[in-house]
Amino acid sequence: MSLLFVIFIISVVLIFAIGIYSLLVTHNLMRILISIEILTKGVTLLLIVAGYISKNMAMAQAYVITVIIIEVVLMAVATGLVLGLFRANGTLDTRKMNR
Amino acid sequence: MIIILLAGMIVCAVACIVLGNLVKAGVAMAATSAILSIVMFILKAPLAAAFELSVCAGLIPVIFMSTISMINVKSKEEIEEMKKERKKRFFLFPVFLIILGAVVLAVMWPHIVDFSSSYIIPAFTRNVRDILWNSRQIDLLGQIIIILAGVFGVIIFFKESVEE
Repeated sequence: MSLLFVIFIISVVLIFAIGIYSLLVTHNLMRILISIEILTKGVTLLLIVAGYISKNMAMAQAYVITVIIIEVVLMAVATGLVLGLFRANGTLDTRKMNR
Repeated sequence: MIIILLAGMIVCAVACIVLGNLVKAGVAMAATSAILSIVMFILKAPLAAAFELSVCAGLIPVIFMSTISMINVKSKEEIEEMKKERKKRFFLFPVFLIILGAVVLAVMWPHIVDFSSSYIIPAFTRNVRDILWNSRQIDLLGQIIIILAGVFGVIIFFKESVEE
């Protein structure tokens, strides 16, 4: 196993940990979306590294394209939802939306 | 070179969650995507890199910025209060990073070693277009359905806002 592969795996784990920590501590809806985006970056990097190691880059690219399309649709719908919630509640803080 | 890029990507990801200003966080997110696309180019995935650069580093930050611009600006007192609260939140961040990283690596390590030693497939001659159009048509169908679902979702949101 090459050193480069180990570095890639550690980077993926770090990026994933950053996203999960941000999801756990934040209460702002826009920041939650940013955390999901960071988690998706980790998944994308892992897919590409897996394709590079298994010498099956074409399949990895096909999966990454699918992930990117799902990601952009999710973001478009989620930002619309956030905007609607802001107009209804006047805040993006999830703690103040319990009414 | 690639190590510097990965380090830059991690720094940008940390900046995304630590920066108080949402616009700056959005720019850091775009930078993360741009660096990831460079890494993809280096790992010989040009099509995925082009998608990542145009969509994730271009389109998604634009959607974010437009949403942020529609949200009201807070008063200075509220911003100061939020800054204090944010500092408290990220106090445990390095500890969490080390513990979660160690646990995930400890659990995954045997599988990673297996993968790297036994799952190496002989070089493929097929290209992405061939795989997308001939082997994975269901994926394409799913993508079309998801895009349509997204379009209808956005239309419904805008319709509601006009009625208000």
